Amino acid sequence: MAGTIIAVENLTAAYGDNVILKDVTFSVREGEIFAIVGGSGCGKSTLLKYMIGLYRPERGRVLVNETDFSSADEDEINRERLRLGVLFQSGALIGSMTLGENVALPLREHTSLPPSLIDRIVKMKLGMVNLSGYENHLPAELSGGMKKRAGLARAMVMDPKILFCDEPSAGLDPVTSAELYRMLAKINGDMGTTMIIVTHDLELIFRIVHRLVMLDGREKGIVAEGEPETLRRNASDPRVRHFFTHGGGLL
Amino acid sequence: MKEARTARSFSLAVKERRSQEIELSVGGELCLENAHLFSGEMDRLVGGAPQGKVILDLSPLAYLDSAGALAVYSYREAAGHRGVEVDVYGGADRVRGVLEMIDVGALTTPPLRSEEGRTPFFVRAGEGFVSLWRDFVEVMTFLGELLTALVYVVRHPKGARWGDVLFYMKRAGEEALPIVGLISGLIGLIMAFMSSLQLKQFGANIFVASLVGIAVVKELGPMMTAIIVAGRSGSAFAAEIGTMQVNEEVDALITMGFEPVRFLAVPKVLAAVFVVPLLTIYSMFFGILGGLIVGVVGLDLTFYTYIKQTMDSIRLFDIFSSLVKSAVFALLIAGIGCQRGFKVAGGAEAVGESTTSAVVSAIFLIILADSAFAVLLHYID
Repeated sequence: MAGTIIAVENLTAAYGDNVILKDVTFSVREGEIFAIVGGSGCGKSTLLKYMIGLYRPERGRVLVNETDFSSADEDEINRERLRLGVLFQSGALIGSMTLGENVALPLREHTSLPPSLIDRIVKMKLGMVNLSGYENHLPAELSGGMKKRAGLARAMVMDPKILFCDEPSAGLDPVTSAELYRMLAKINGDMGTTMIIVTHDLELIFRIVHRLVMLDGREKGIVAEGEPETLRRNASDPRVRHFFTHGGGLL
Repeated sequence: MKEARTARSFSLAVKERRSQEIELSVGGELCLENAHLFSGEMDRLVGGAPQGKVILDLSPLAYLDSAGALAVYSYREAAGHRGVEVDVYGGADRVRGVLEMIDVGALTTPPLRSEEGRTPFFVRAGEGFVSLWRDFVEVMTFLGELLTALVYVVRHPKGARWGDVLFYMKRAGEEALPIVGLISGLIGLIMAFMSSLQLKQFGANIFVASLVGIAVVKELGPMMTAIIVAGRSGSAFAAEIGTMQVNEEVDALITMGFEPVRFLAVPKVLAAVFVVPLLTIYSMFFGILGGLIVGVVGLDLTFYTYIKQTMDSIRLFDIFSSLVKSAVFALLIAGIGCQRGFKVAGGAEAVGESTTSAVVSAIFLIILADSAFAVLLHYID
């Protein structure tokens, strides 16, 4: 299919005998902000780990940029990973390194750029997430929102084609998360980065997400797929309606 | 002045007693403090074995909390088992609200997971054996990965993180100097003192020097150093990598195209392998020094005779084999520490578990390797 950048085909995921996902199939188009939503424990983060190549699919296929993660060898997967950026839930900055070193890490390892240029790129990327001047801070000295933004700077440092975000708004106050959404939307608009966001934050979904799939823990698979607005208005499945009207049934 | 808190209490009064019915009113405050008294009071007023129906009027009740409501429910339930019906009516809005909060279903739902310890002995023994085997396979797999990464670093020295190696050498080596020196010195001292008590009787004072020298150089130096390093650094390696695992830092490294074993474990292992043999030499020195103090002060040996006797009884081969041995110990300590760290899944508790397991496994492996060396060196020598 033209414009497809990620294709998940009949993916079945299990920890031992415990099946988490069964026969999941969907695709992500180039340049869109795509969300994977669902209540806690429905396998969202597991699915993400398959899509970034941390888990190897045993049944089904995951194709990212036409690299097949089920059959590619370790080198091919590693090469593909360089074209992906991942923003982890808590930022996942290396605690023993300063922000500058953290952001520079992929550049130092995978490019032969001179140190002075690396420094400038680091400054630019930190500026992009409103953290100018923080390159000598250690992650422990920052607030949760700053860590997440620094994580975003590190994820974007190689200008990846695809950015994965694991619950970007978890643990952030509404103002900070709104700021993060704006940043993600801007990156997507300016650079055309495809984004896959794992979330259960309705505000995020309605503000910036173009298309989504909804997973359900009991069904062990996708219960809805489409644009957020359309799903909210037209969904017939009670679980989907429930999610879009009650915020996952929490309130 | 602090005012004494008055105890909260409820009051029960019989309103009406009919042939098959009894109606009571509940007043005051029924709450966590006094809920346990409720059913006793009820039994006292209603009489040991009530029949028919008990009616409770809650209108006079000023305060009811969830524990109080539970007491009312429990009484009704217990009475139900005896065939007595309990009716509750009246009560302010708040009181009724609290009563309605009680989810009767939740009280009777059995736990979803049965309590532990009910699995039969043989099943548990089998599970224990399987997990032991799995652990062995995991350690071996990790050892393979580690050796591959070490070989890579030997072939591409630029690929190693030498800054980190130096950092861990300082952590595991330099910072361990005081404790290694102190413990080794004391061990030498104790050994010389204890053996001198025996050897003195035969006038064999001079052999204290040989005994301490041989013991410290061949066994105690490498072993004590390794055990101290396992406690100080093996645990630290496991905790550090384990915490990184919990914070998804290890996953982040993988997605950025790093090999976590090469990035995190290799610098620690290299640092340990460089530094532990040096610490061992240092430990031997202090062990012999401890013995020397006892020899010179307590046994009237001269400094020269003691040193001469020590040097005559140890050979260069002994020192060399001990250094090789301690390098192997270092590999085991750092390797198992990192492996236990990478195995962490879950939260803070898992990190604690992995740290404990790193030290225990490291000490076990040290003893095991030492026995192997004892046999091996016997045949080589």
